[in-house]
Amino acid sequence: MDALSPIVEIRHLTKSYRRGGQVVPVLTNISFDIRTGEFIALMGPSGSGKSTLLNLIAGIDKPDSGSLRVNGTDIATLSERELADWRAANVGFIFQFYNLMPVLTAFENIELPLLLTRLPRTQRRERVELALSMVGLTDRMEHYPSELSGGQQQRVAIARAFITDPVLLVADEPTGDLDRASADDILAMLGRLNSEMGKTIIMVTHDPHAARSAHLIRHLDKGELDVTLEH
Amino acid sequence: MHFLKLILRNTLRHKLRTGLTVLGLVVAILAFGLLRTVVDAWYAGAEGASSTRLVTRNSISLVFPLPINYQERIRRISGVTGISHASWFGGVYVTEKNFFPQFAIDPKTYFELYPEYLIPPGDMKAFRTDRKGCVIGRKLATTYGFKVGDTIPLRGTIYPGAWSFTVRAIYDGAEAGTDTSQFFFHWDYLNETMKKAAARRTDWVGVYVIQIADPDRAAEISTEVDAMFRNSLAETLTETEKAFQLGFVSMTEAIVVAIRIVSFVVIFIILAVMANTMAMTARERISEYATLKALGFGPRFLTGLIYGESIVISLAGGLIGIALTFPVADRFSKQMGTLFPVFGVSLDTVYMQIAAATAVGLAAAALPATRVARVSIVEGLRSIG
Repeated sequence: MDALSPIVEIRHLTKSYRRGGQVVPVLTNISFDIRTGEFIALMGPSGSGKSTLLNLIAGIDKPDSGSLRVNGTDIATLSERELADWRAANVGFIFQFYNLMPVLTAFENIELPLLLTRLPRTQRRERVELALSMVGLTDRMEHYPSELSGGQQQRVAIARAFITDPVLLVADEPTGDLDRASADDILAMLGRLNSEMGKTIIMVTHDPHAARSAHLIRHLDKGELDVTLEH
Repeated sequence: MHFLKLILRNTLRHKLRTGLTVLGLVVAILAFGLLRTVVDAWYAGAEGASSTRLVTRNSISLVFPLPINYQERIRRISGVTGISHASWFGGVYVTEKNFFPQFAIDPKTYFELYPEYLIPPGDMKAFRTDRKGCVIGRKLATTYGFKVGDTIPLRGTIYPGAWSFTVRAIYDGAEAGTDTSQFFFHWDYLNETMKKAAARRTDWVGVYVIQIADPDRAAEISTEVDAMFRNSLAETLTETEKAFQLGFVSMTEAIVVAIRIVSFVVIFIILAVMANTMAMTARERISEYATLKALGFGPRFLTGLIYGESIVISLAGGLIGIALTFPVADRFSKQMGTLFPVFGVSLDTVYMQIAAATAVGLAAAALPATRVARVSIVEGLRSIG
């Protein structure tokens, strides 16, 4: 897939939730593309639907209607099992609260997604060690998440996200739980993943400072895409 | 490997909670095993019964005796290969608490019918030649510290007076289930003593034990024995030794049923405790399970983690409980003295304990595993802070 072709194609996407018997629309007739290698920030007030949109693109939620092609696959039509396999191969997740397994070391947490591949143990080890060195945590590989700072935990989460070399990284408020220095560190790391490794990154954030790390900022308000800022 | 690692580390995550749950399981499985062993002990007499022995008693009740002259008439029935008799003595050794069964028997014939009672030939000879001698079982000897040559005083209740016997032999059981808590002495000694004290109570025996050649003819021979004494002074009821023993059990069947029910109630209670533990565990980790799902791990992997953890906890508790059942049952048996002649943890009980522990582990994990398998990733991730 060349750099200009869209990796995410969204057409007339609609999503609503049921709350107490009432249907609450979250996304209404959304259509837009994300090109391969883009670093896009989704912004908007709470309840605007930005996390829902991210979840749909990442294949952890399903739309009510519309089409959603990611990396050539219409993921809206996949079964749960197919979606799980698709996510394992195509998407890396970065969460606000890191979501590391507390009983696994940094090394083991990063290795987790590789357990779903057919890679032999030695190759898994090589890859994890490389990822650890890329996020600057080689000396912390045997540490448990509780023994790491927030910034270090998020770096482990980033390593876990790119360890399988997915085409797409989705980050939901990746700096929301970090101080400014750690946040800058994480944003710089995401920037490098985008510029040096060509990863397409979609980041949901409230923080305009964080959003400025992206190439594109798209605003969502009341379930509709608003202004696009490009820089 | 990682799957097992995750299970084991998750199990040890809340050490106090896991420890208390395991402790609960240990107590429950131990209690279950002990109660099953008590039930087994109740049936031990019937289980150890021979299929080639019949017991003839007075048809009105076991309390009423039978004339000694029935013996020769029964011996003549076709298919009968041996006959002896036994009479319940019911004496008290020092205090009523020291209960053990005592029987007045025919020393010449009785032990020929019970090859499972192993007596050294020299001791057997000494017993037969001493009218005041007695044979006691190994468990009885161990319980009260009796040795060959000791004198055992008994206070008669059914046969009043002070009685004194010399231990001439100690018998061992041929099998683990053989009752070695009994006391046997010469019926002649009893009969002759009664001639002096109460002449009308002489020449009676409690039951006849009949040896038959073919177990398949048990019903036929029983019918023939009872027919022989129909309309006589003392009508008889003949049954297999097993049926005779089960007759005793049926007198206390309500207790046995109650013990059985309690043993299952104990398991049900620990199931509730265990299910609560697993439900709490799964609820606390729902975001972790959602994360694993997001990474591409399927519901089978996640339910495997929950079932695995539940099984590890239940089997840990179960195995410790089973290991403790043996010494505790041994101590319990010693405390009970000869109340339970045969009291041992059977292999069947161990299998039932393993099955109970496994069933608790599986059942406790069922609901949380189903919930985790069904929960959506978005919903699970939302449960974070």
